[in-house]
Parts: sequence; C-alpha cells; structure tokens
Amino acid sequence: MTTTQTSITSVILVGVGGQGILLGSEILARAAMAAGHEVKTNEVHGMAQRGGSVVAQVRFGREVFSPLVPEGTACAMAAFEIIEALRYAHYLAPGAFAAVAQHRIIPVTVSSGQASYPLDAEARLAQAVPNHTLIDAAGMAQQLGNIRTANVIVLGALSAALDLPMTAWRSAIDAAVKPAYRTINHAAFDAGRDAAHVVR
Amino acid sequence: MSGNEAIARAAYEGRVNVASGYPGTPSTEILENLVKYTDKASDLYCEWSPNEKVAFEVAAGAAMTGARAMVTMKHVGLNVAADPFMTMAYTGTVGGMVIVVADDPGMHSSQNEQDTRHYARFGKVPLLEPADSQESRDFVLAGLELSEAYQSPVLLRTTTRVSHSRSVVTLGERQLQRPMPAFDRNPVRFVPIPAYARKMRVALEDRLARLKQAAECSPLNRMEMRNSELGIITAGISYQYVREVFPDASVLKLGWPFPFPDALIRDFAGKVRQLLVVEELDDILEQHVKALGLACEGRKFVPGIGELTVPVLQQSKAKMEGKPISAAALVSQARDLPGRPPTLCAGCPHRGMFAALKYHDVIVTGDIGCYALGVLPPLSKLDTILCMGAGVTMAHGMQKAGNNRKVVGILGDSTFFHSGITGLLDIAYNRGNAAIIVLDNRTTAMTGHQDHPGTGRTLMGQPTIHASIEDFGRACGIKHVHTVDPMDLDGNIALLGEVLQREEPSLIVARAPCILSEKPVDPQPRKIDAEQCVACGQCVGIGCPAIECADGYPHVNELLCNGCGLCDRVCDLRLVQPAK
Repeated sequence: MTTTQTSITSVILVGVGGQGILLGSEILARAAMAAGHEVKTNEVHGMAQRGGSVVAQVRFGREVFSPLVPEGTACAMAAFEIIEALRYAHYLAPGAFAAVAQHRIIPVTVSSGQASYPLDAEARLAQAVPNHTLIDAAGMAQQLGNIRTANVIVLGALSAALDLPMTAWRSAIDAAVKPAYRTINHAAFDAGRDAAHVVR
Repeated sequence: MSGNEAIARAAYEGRVNVASGYPGTPSTEILENLVKYTDKASDLYCEWSPNEKVAFEVAAGAAMTGARAMVTMKHVGLNVAADPFMTMAYTGTVGGMVIVVADDPGMHSSQNEQDTRHYARFGKVPLLEPADSQESRDFVLAGLELSEAYQSPVLLRTTTRVSHSRSVVTLGERQLQRPMPAFDRNPVRFVPIPAYARKMRVALEDRLARLKQAAECSPLNRMEMRNSELGIITAGISYQYVREVFPDASVLKLGWPFPFPDALIRDFAGKVRQLLVVEELDDILEQHVKALGLACEGRKFVPGIGELTVPVLQQSKAKMEGKPISAAALVSQARDLPGRPPTLCAGCPHRGMFAALKYHDVIVTGDIGCYALGVLPPLSKLDTILCMGAGVTMAHGMQKAGNNRKVVGILGDSTFFHSGITGLLDIAYNRGNAAIIVLDNRTTAMTGHQDHPGTGRTLMGQPTIHASIEDFGRACGIKHVHTVDPMDLDGNIALLGEVLQREEPSLIVARAPCILSEKPVDPQPRKIDAEQCVACGQCVGIGCPAIECADGYPHVNELLCNGCGLCDRVCDLRLVQPAK
C-alpha cells in the first residue's frame, strides 16, 4: 500500500524512549533495502531520548527525497504505547494501518497531576485509526521468554500491512540482531504478524 | 548509514590523521564512529577534548604540520571555538582541515537555533553543505582537497536531519599514504603579529576571490533544469523537500554556497521566469541574491523559524500560488493528550540533589546537560540556563548584584571540565560566596556517555588520568570542598543549610555514576504501602518515571524502578520499602 500522490511508502514507529524503536526501524529499513527499494530513515537522538515521546520514520520507494514523513501520508504505524499512537495518528493517511501495543506507560506529567491519562484511549484509537490491531505485546513477549522482544512483535504486526517479502524480513532480522537472539526474534515477529488484522 | 557515520567514513578514507571534538547533538556520532576505524588505521588519532576551543586548536596544530585534520562540534560549540576559527582563516592551513559543525533547526536538543552559515561569511572561510549521507561522505573528501589546494580551513555544515537520517552510501577505498607531517617554520604565515597579520588580511581577500571563482564551476554546485517557469535556489536538506514539493521546478543546488557563486546564480536566474530561495533558518542566500540585483522571493513564503519539512513547503507553495492550503497540510495533532517530555531516568543520581534543593529557598543557576531537566515540574528546581559553564559564573554575578536570595550554581562533570573551572577561579579570586554543585555522574550523559578528563579513559579506549574536580576546586582557592553521595537526602539538606550560611564560596561534588552507564546488577524495586499511604504527593514530587500516579494514589512500576530508594527518603511516613 502506498500513498496516492507519490510512489513512496512512509511508515512511522512511535513510543517512549528506551522501548527499542530504533531496532524496529533498522529492521524495517533493512527489509525494504533487501526488497530493492531506496530507503531513507530518520531517528531522534540526544535530549529527546530521555524517556520522552519518540518517533522514528522510514520511507522507501524507487526514489526518496525527504527522510521525514509528511503528516497525513504514512500508510502504516507501529506504536509501542497507546497514547503515543494517538499522538502521532495525524501522520497517517486515511485508511492506514496501525499495529498498537496495549501497553500503558504513565508519563510524569500525569503522575505529578499536571495532566490526566485518557481513560478512553482505546475508543479514541478506534475512531482515529479504524484499521488497527491492538496487541498484548508485553504479555506475548513474556510468553516467548523475553520481554525485550515486544518491539519485534509489534513490528511483525506492522509487517502484515506492508508489501515486503518474508525473505526480506528474515534477512533483515538476521542482520540486525545478535546471532543468539535470532530464533526468538523470528518467533516474536511471526507471533505479531499472525496477530494482525489488516483491512486492505 | 547516517550522515554522521558517512562523515566518519570519509575521514577514514581521506586519511585524516587527527580528529578532535566535544560531544554535542547532532554531531556526537562522528567521532564515535571514526574511532572504530583506528584499529585498521594506525595513522588515525581521535580525541574528545575538554571543549570545542581546545578541540579546534588541536586540529589546527595538526593541520599546520601538513597532517589532515578534522574537528567536530554542534553549532553552539563553534561559539566556544570562534576565537581560533576567526584567526585560523588568516594563518590558513597546510594539511587539509575540515571543521564539521552540526546545526539543530527546530532545537530538538539545543538551547538556540543559530545558523552556522553566518560564520563562514564572518570568518571568510569556504562552506560546504551536504544534503544526504552520500554527500556527507563526498563533501568531506572534497573539503580536504579544497582545504589543501587553497590552504584554507573548510567549514562543513550539517543539520540534524542530515546527521541523523540514514540513506545508502557508496564507499571508496582508503587513499594512499600521505607524506609524514613535518612543521616548516614560517612566521610570516603562522604568527599573526600585527605586521604579519596585515599582510594575511590582504591575502585572505585574495584567497576568497579565488575560492569564489572555483565555486562558480565546482561540481558541488549543480543546476538541474526542468520547467523554466520556477527556479529554486537551495542548499542542504532543504533540497530534498524542494524536490518533493516542487518536482517540476528547476533547481540550483548549492553544495558549496560560500563564497557565493555569483555568476552561476545570475546564469540560473536568467534561465527561469520566477526565482525562489528555499533555505532553513536565516535568509542568507536570499539577501545575497537580492543584493545581486536579482528579483527573488524567499522569506515572504518560506518561514525562517524552526525546520523546514514537506508540509511546511507545501504551505509555502500554496501561499505563493494564492491557493488555499491543501487538506493534507492541515491535519493536526491531538492536542489534549498528556505531554511526555524527556525526564531524568528512574534512579538518576541528579534527582537526589534536586530533591535536597527543594528543601531550601534558593535560586539555582543551571547548565547544559541532563540536569537541565530539573527545570520541569514537578522538580521545578532550576532557574536559569545560558551556556556551558554559566551555571557557575551566573551564580557569582547574581550574588555580586546584591540579590537578596541565596544562589546555588549547578553543572555536570563534563561541563565542569568544559568551562566551569575558569568560573570557579573567578568566584574565589573575586571574593564571591556562591555555592557550586557539580553533579558528577562520571560521564557525558546527555549526548550518550562520552568520556572526559575525569573518567580515566580516552576516546581511543586508553587508560589515563582521573582529573579530580575537588583538586581543581582547591587549586582555584575554594576552601570548602565537599564530596557527597547525591542520594544522601538528609545529609545533603543539612550540608546545603550550612553552605548557604557561609560568607565564603563552597564546592560540593555530588558523585554517583549515571544509572544508564552503571545499571544496578540486582535492583530492589520499591513498593508503596498502599494501606497506609495518605497520597501526600511527596514521592510523586521527585518526578521519577517509575512512580506512577494515575488515580490519586502512587504506585511503583517494578519494571522501571532501579531501587534507588529516594522516594522512601522523601516519604514522611517511610512507606516505600523494597518489594521483596
């Protein structure tokens, strides 16, 4: 699925600093390269990583200029936290797919009483992004035996909405994770991909 | 690879011998990646210097021997290094010298949005601006050649989106061995005493004129003719946005924008009906094109604050064409979501000192680093930030002004070595009485854990001295030097009380390793006794991300908690104990 104006596929990965977003975007970028696309990505460093809201952007196609995803054009999103999905929903094109971890991480602004965590986050997600799958990524990762694979589970769900061959994903995972963690990450990816319900 | 990785690769390929810098987002990863090549490049030396001025001078010294040199920093770092920069334009270089400066439009991780291109014109130094990772590699190599050919240092300006975006790069082989560096004494060239400097001043203008001629026909500047209706002059990352928003427009892409290639600009302007300049931050190109007597638009349609993006340029285009802004450009973010600003990590030792400061009525002058996050609620215990080192000196200034509240200056270990020492010397010398706290977490944390003179390790991984902050304090003439554990809340509250009463200056070194560099092996997550908790808010007041409080009563997220126990120490009822 690509946006209508251009032949560039734009994807965003969002969450909280420290959730493994950069690994997710690296695997996606490698998969797109393995499938023969030109790829550009952008990531956030420095102050923005200290537990703050983080977005990584990946664009691929025949020819890609801007490394940044224009708002309203992404065809898919992987979100590692539910209100972060809402925060970046405006990046998505109409009909776009979101793979969203059910996980909630309470920001300090809520704990210190400056703001409140929306109680209707799931309902708002259904309204903002009808084409989405909520995944208990943390629970699934624990079942697989490593909580840190939650990000690859969400990535697997995201993959169901992208036209990239399985072989490309496999080689991308192999290239991005240490040999000892390959098997578990392939299993995490498959579990996520099976859990996704993408409306095409 | 990222733009920064590509710059490092080019330094390796181009046989840079000496590379120095001071960490600063978005420039940090250049040296972090370059040092990885030292294994297979015995003639490559890399260092983190204490600050950018030092780094610049180290590279300058190397370049004067005929070696190739590179220095890296963020935009505000060039302010620190401006002194050697401005005069090195006069003395020039022998070996190729590339000054890499990374700007941060949009201020993702910076205190200001200054446009480094001004420095090129200010210092009369050629400027190169890559637009992606491939150009980042290519332009470093071109810059080294250019620098040697004209005996001038070359400024290479990147921006956050060039430095931190990834795209495919075609690599080259490492260049052949260069002649051994050897300094040739030549005072007329290297010693700008007035008599010689006046000659250098004239030669500088002559060199600039020759550089201008070279820029006119350089392949780094490229005319892409498409439709002749609209022509766009652009440089750096803006080129990418232009190509996406104006696919049919002709483009003059300036990879070497200064000295301005006037003939090329005139030639391009003559080929198009309408001329637009698209540049991030200041209207430097636009003002120059207008000064050439050419009609063009720029700032009228393209904003000068923040970074450009495709949607921003789409709005510029709509404005130019007098059309309503397209629906896609109008999609807006949900505004009512709770903010998630960056915050001090769970278990961060800095939090301990901020918690102690909350028990005192003091003004806190801050500095650049993670502890800047102490300004945000609920800590809200930092009152000023100006630049590195100013945490020390502004405290002194406030005290000397006769300000009626006590002042405490705060800075980090890396910033102390960067530019805190001279300020401390000033306080002692000029009989001040400010209290200075160094939050010493044994690393340069905010930029991703770089070594510095206090860590005992160099960038190249060699063991070295552990510069002592306490010894520096005593050497400066500070009589009251205290070393404390930042998590000793009661002790620090009492010490601050004592220090604030003194008529003499004090230095407190609050030392504990960054929680990210030395994660506790077996953290003991805390648990709040929910039965007895009266929801007084003391523990949530320390702003720890592991203390979650969504429904009025706090609880500890065991996955995030590092077991530092500060929450228990601020709890009047001592209700927060280890969970197991």
